[in-house]
Amino acid sequence: MKILVLISNVPDTTTKIRFTGDNKAFDATGVQWIINPWDELALTRAMELKEAGGVEKITVANVGTKITEPTLRKALAVGADDAIRIDAEPLDAYFVATQLAQVAKDYDLILAGIEASDYNGAGVGGMLAEILGINSVSAVSGIDLENGELKIHRDIDGGSQLLSIPTPLIAIVQKGIAIDPRIPAMRGIMMARKKPLNVVPPVDAEARTEFLSYELPAPKAACKMVDEDNAKELIRLLREEAKVL
Amino acid sequence: MSILVYTENWAGKFKKLTYEIVSFAAAIAKEMGSSVTALSIGHVADDELKTLGKYGANKVLNVKDDRFESLDNKALADAVTKAAEKEGSNVIIFAHNNEGKAIAPRVSVKLNAGMVSGVTGLPVSVDPFVVRKKVFTGKAFANIQIKTDIRVITFAQNSFEVVENPTEAAIEVFDPQIGDEEFNTVIKDTHLITGKVLLTDAEIVVSGGRGMKGPENWGGLEELGDLLGAGMACSRPVSDEGWRPKEEHVGQTGKIIAPNVYMAFGISGAIQHLGGVSSSKYIVAINKDPEAPIFEAADYGIIGDAFKVIPQLIEAVKEMKANK
Ligand SMILES: Cc1cc2nc3c(=O)[nH]c(=O)nc-3n(C[C@H](O)[C@H](O)[C@H](O)COP(=O)(O)OP(=O)(O)OC[C@H]3O[C@@H](n4cnc5c(N)ncnc54)[C@H](O)[C@@H]3O)c2cc1C
Repeated sequence: MKILVLISNVPDTTTKIRFTGDNKAFDATGVQWIINPWDELALTRAMELKEAGGVEKITVANVGTKITEPTLRKALAVGADDAIRIDAEPLDAYFVATQLAQVAKDYDLILAGIEASDYNGAGVGGMLAEILGINSVSAVSGIDLENGELKIHRDIDGGSQLLSIPTPLIAIVQKGIAIDPRIPAMRGIMMARKKPLNVVPPVDAEARTEFLSYELPAPKAACKMVDEDNAKELIRLLREEAKVL
Repeated sequence: MSILVYTENWAGKFKKLTYEIVSFAAAIAKEMGSSVTALSIGHVADDELKTLGKYGANKVLNVKDDRFESLDNKALADAVTKAAEKEGSNVIIFAHNNEGKAIAPRVSVKLNAGMVSGVTGLPVSVDPFVVRKKVFTGKAFANIQIKTDIRVITFAQNSFEVVENPTEAAIEVFDPQIGDEEFNTVIKDTHLITGKVLLTDAEIVVSGGRGMKGPENWGGLEELGDLLGAGMACSRPVSDEGWRPKEEHVGQTGKIIAPNVYMAFGISGAIQHLGGVSSSKYIVAINKDPEAPIFEAADYGIIGDAFKVIPQLIEAVKEMKANK
C-alpha cells in the first residue's frame, strides 16, 4: 500500500496574528512555520502503519512556494520517504485540490487533516476526492490495516463507527487518529537531507474564492462576577439577563 | 432559483442547528429574492418535516432511502448535487460539522461552485457574494468573496439568531436515483453513547475540569445537567485520566461546541480548551483562582469553590422550574 499525506504549511499555533496595514493580507513577518497539527498526526499514523508492515511508501505533498520546504524537510525527518512540492501560492481550497490531483493518482490511501489551522477551510480533502472521482470518509478517528484491508473508525453524532471502504480512498482525519505527533530524531533529520524533495510546476487553475480583508475580533466585555455565597444569583442572571435558561 | 439547505436529524427529530440554518437561509433568500428548499435524507415523519416551514422553508425534498444510512460521502454528495440541480439552487448551505464538512467540498466540485466553510452570520453582501468567517482558529475574521455563480457554504453554529418565518412547507418525495455502485462504505459496527443529550447540539453544556478532583465528584454536575437538560463535557486531562468518557472531551483536540451557555467548573481555560468552546453564546466560569484565564473568556463568573457553588445552583434551578 502506498500512502500520500497532504501537508499544509501553517504559522505556529501560538503566533500572534497580525495583518498588513490595509488589513488585506496576513503579515508573515517573523512567523515560525510548522506542519499543520492535523497533518502531523496523519503522518504519525501513517508511520505507525508502515512500521506494523503492509505500507511500502509514504509520500508527503504540499502546494506552496519555496518557504514551505523546511516544513516538508521536517515531514521527511519524521519518516516520510519522499516529498512533492507543487510550486504555487496556495490561493484557495479548490486551487490547492486541483494542483494536488495531478500528483495524487497512484496512491491507495490519501490522508488529509480535517482543517488547516490558518484558514480553517476543511475543504481540500473532500474536493480532491471528488476531482479524483474516488470515495472519501471524513471525521476519521482511527485507521488500522489488517491483512491489507483498511479498517476505518469514524466519529458520528453521539458515538463512533467501524467501517470498511475499498481503496483508493481519502481519509480526512481528526482527533484520535494518533495520540502525540512524532518529533524527528537526530538520525531522521540527517537522513531527511538526502531524501527526494521533488518540485513540480503548477497546472492552470483558478481560485473560486478571494480573501478581501481581515479583522481582529472586538475586545470582549468584562466578566460579570457573582458572589460565591450567593450563587443562586447566577441562575437568575442567566434566566433574566442572558435569557438562556 | 432557490437556496438549498442540507438538514440533519437525530433519531427522526431535526437538530436545533437545522432550524438555525433554515432561518438563516430564509434571511438570505429575502435579500436575494429567492426561496428556501430543505433537503431531508432519512426517516423523518411528515409532521416533523412540516416544522421546517415554521422557520421559512418553502419546500422540503424528502429522500427516504436506507442506503444513505451508511453516510457514504460520495453517494450523499451525488444526492445533494441532484437536488441542487433540480431546484436550480445557487446557494447550498450545510452545517459546519462532521456531516457538512464531509459532503460540502465534494458538492462544490460537482457544481463548479466556490466554497467557504464556517460562515458566521449573514453575507456581508449578496452581489458580489461576500461572507465572513473566523480564521486562525478564532483569532481573526476574514471577508471572503465567492466568485462563482453557485456558492456552497458551511454555517458555523450559533452565529445567527433563530427567527420564525411561518410558511407552509410543501413536502415532495424525491428520489435522486443513485445507483448501488455509488455506495461502497460498509458499516461493520456502531458504538453509540445512548440516552444522553447530544453534546454537539445541546443548548446548555455543563463541563468539569481537573478542579473537580476526581470522577467520584461528578454527581452534582450530573444532577445539574439533568435538571437543565444539558449536555455533559469535560477538559482533556479529565478524559485522559479516564474520569469521564472521551466523547465528552472538548477543545482544540476534542469536540468543538457552540451551545447557548457553556458552564465550566474547575477548568483553568487554557487556549486549547477555549478553542473548542469560544463560539458559545455565553461562557460561565466557576473557579477558585481569580487569575484563571477562563475569566477572560467568560461572561459570568464566580470566584469560588465549585463544591460550594454546585449545590446552590441545583437548588436555584429547582426553584426556577417550580415557579415556571
Ligand atoms: C496540543 C495540545 C492540545 C490540547 N488540547 C486540549 C483540548 O482539546 N481540550 C482541553 O481541555 N485541553 C487541551 N489541552 C490541554 C490544555 O493545555 C490544559 O492543560 C487543559 O485544558 C487543562 O485542563 P483543566 O482546566 O481541567 O485543568 P487545570 O489547568 O489543572 O485547571 C484546573 C482548574 O480548576 C481550578 N480549581 C481547583 N479546585 C477547584 C475548586 N474546588 N473549585 C473551583 N475551581 C477549582 C483551578 O484553579 C484551575 O484553574 C491541550 C494541550 C496541548 C499542548
